[in-house]
Amino acid sequence: MTTVYQQPGLSRRELLKRGAIGAALIIAGRAVISPDRAWGLEATSLKPDTVATLIRMARDTYPHDRLPDRFYAIAIKGHDTKSAEDEAYKALIEDGVADLDKRAGSVGYRGLGWEEERVAILRDIQDSKFFQTVRGDLVVSLYNQKEVWPFFGYEGEAFSKGGYIERGFDDIEWL
Amino acid sequence: MATQYQQDDDSVVVIIGSGAGGGTLGNELAQKGIDVVILEAGSRIEFEDFINDEWDAFAQLSWLDNRTTGGGWRITKDFPNLPAWIVKAVGGTTIHWAGASLRFHEHEFKALTTYGKIDGANLLDWPITLADLEPYYAKAEDKMGVTRTNDIAGLPGNNNFKVFKAGADKLGYKECHTGRMAINSAERDGRNACQQTGFCFQGCKWGAKWSTLYTEIPKGEETGKLEVRPNSHVVKIEHDVSGKVTGVVYADKDGNLHEQKARVVCVAGNSIESPRLLLNSASTMFPDGLANSSGQVGKNYMRHTTGSVYGVFEKPVHMYRGTTMAGIITDEARHDPSRGFAGGYELETLSLGLPFMAAFLDPGGWGRTFASAMDSYDHMAGMWIVGEDMPQEQNAIKLHAELKDQYGMPIPDVWFTDHANDEAMRNHAYKQGMALYEAVGATRTFPTPPYPSTHNLGTNRMSEKAEDGVVNKWGQTHDIKNLFVSDGSQFTTGAAVNPTLTIVALAIRQADYIAQEMAAGNI
Repeated sequence: MTTVYQQPGLSRRELLKRGAIGAALIIAGRAVISPDRAWGLEATSLKPDTVATLIRMARDTYPHDRLPDRFYAIAIKGHDTKSAEDEAYKALIEDGVADLDKRAGSVGYRGLGWEEERVAILRDIQDSKFFQTVRGDLVVSLYNQKEVWPFFGYEGEAFSKGGYIERGFDDIEWL
Repeated sequence: MATQYQQDDDSVVVIIGSGAGGGTLGNELAQKGIDVVILEAGSRIEFEDFINDEWDAFAQLSWLDNRTTGGGWRITKDFPNLPAWIVKAVGGTTIHWAGASLRFHEHEFKALTTYGKIDGANLLDWPITLADLEPYYAKAEDKMGVTRTNDIAGLPGNNNFKVFKAGADKLGYKECHTGRMAINSAERDGRNACQQTGFCFQGCKWGAKWSTLYTEIPKGEETGKLEVRPNSHVVKIEHDVSGKVTGVVYADKDGNLHEQKARVVCVAGNSIESPRLLLNSASTMFPDGLANSSGQVGKNYMRHTTGSVYGVFEKPVHMYRGTTMAGIITDEARHDPSRGFAGGYELETLSLGLPFMAAFLDPGGWGRTFASAMDSYDHMAGMWIVGEDMPQEQNAIKLHAELKDQYGMPIPDVWFTDHANDEAMRNHAYKQGMALYEAVGATRTFPTPPYPSTHNLGTNRMSEKAEDGVVNKWGQTHDIKNLFVSDGSQFTTGAAVNPTLTIVALAIRQADYIAQEMAAGNI
């Protein structure tokens, strides 16, 4: 199961010392922490840096600007869980992320400032097993989170509310 | 407690599958006092247990046994092991279907005569006409409670329909309404009225949509003449030295094999499993599979020429609210070769929830183009194309050369490539669908590729002559007189209409014939 927890206090000084750049994710021990310290995600088998890069890659793959990072973190957590049980899978993910960083040059994938630069790298590897594995998982693990549905205006389960017969199935007014 | 029959009782009619064909046939025979055992591969899930959640319902209901795909269709790339989106449960795909209940047009029973010979297409006329089927269509519409028949009111239009109708008016289409739907617009036959819940594809939790699960099957069981045996996956049909079928071998939920004897066997396992079972039942006497002297078993696989169009508007639509497919335009269903293709198509409203929109809008798509489309989800309207596709001999259900299922039987390998006529039709429909939404102010439109097939047809086709097809005009196999096919695999051609009503009408008609032939001692 995914554990996204409230991050224990890190001082501003510590955060700066750890080299957080802009909106970048912070690595502290095994944890990946959001810049606003609203949440943290513990990496159990993958490197914390790998987890942070997967979160960035997930947003680059399905960029929804109004969707907070924590949903992307939840969406990619399964790779960490699966890597704990499957060495070959772990290698696929670690090697794939290492390849992203290599292609990005000295700053690494997360260090590239523009989405276009990162996406250009993803386009180059989009037929790879690594990318297809991550994207194929993400299209379910991101969009199937009930908590993200309100961001898209999708209301989900309707039976318990009596359907939409009294709740706007025909309420369109602009036609 | 429903009746239970002994496995060695060779007086029963065994029906394989409990969907539109098998479930209806079982009830019809039971009503006539004939003893019936329906063997259903899936489990029995009552409608209270359906789930208003796309992925959870998909896992609960879908036929997910391993299958492979080949040919030129995009499914081989995007969903290589999911050629069909159909159900494995008591009630079959009548749990998932949308409810659209349309009669064939007269000319669609005479595709070869009407369209003429088309290169690469294995066209044939049906051995029956619309006039033959009309009385059975009437019975089916009454049984299913189809709106706009039998003085049943149409369903109210939802938001998605209103956008669709406004566009239809702008384009000058004349025939647009909320459809002939086997979904109650008011309580009828002990079933609720539609509550506009929007999860038609996940199984109707109100029971407002007709499904054999809670209509035909319990009615048949009440007669004491029908046993439905769930978790009973038939792997082989047996025959005697005279060439008559004598029973079937099936696996129970634990994988143990049993034989159920039978006087008559009716195959209704959908157009992938039905031919697969006939092919897997090959014997010394029938080395190419049962009922396959024509070589047509598994061939001519059709799936309708489908596709979807979604449009994004400046203001919200909330297309997912309400009956999924209560909206149709029939103007394009005519045969009019001046459009550049033979046959016609319907446009029908359709929506997907957010999780399935992500999976199906542009399978494999990613990046801002894709994500920005998803950002407009609640501003989208959607429609589905359902058109006649060409039967082609190489589009086929084959037995996989190596892969076997959990019972040791070869799995089905589903081959499909569009005919040029299919592509021309789909492109025309995309153009019309996009124009329709643009006429109402769409700022962006998406021609979405076909989903895994729900309309699987034609793989045991009906023919006048034994050399052209698998079954005669009663669905009785040309080769074996006590072996019948009772599902959409009988279809000689697919027509431009959703197939369920025709499957039900054929099953009612077939029940009359089976009863008559049993009474006469012919089978």
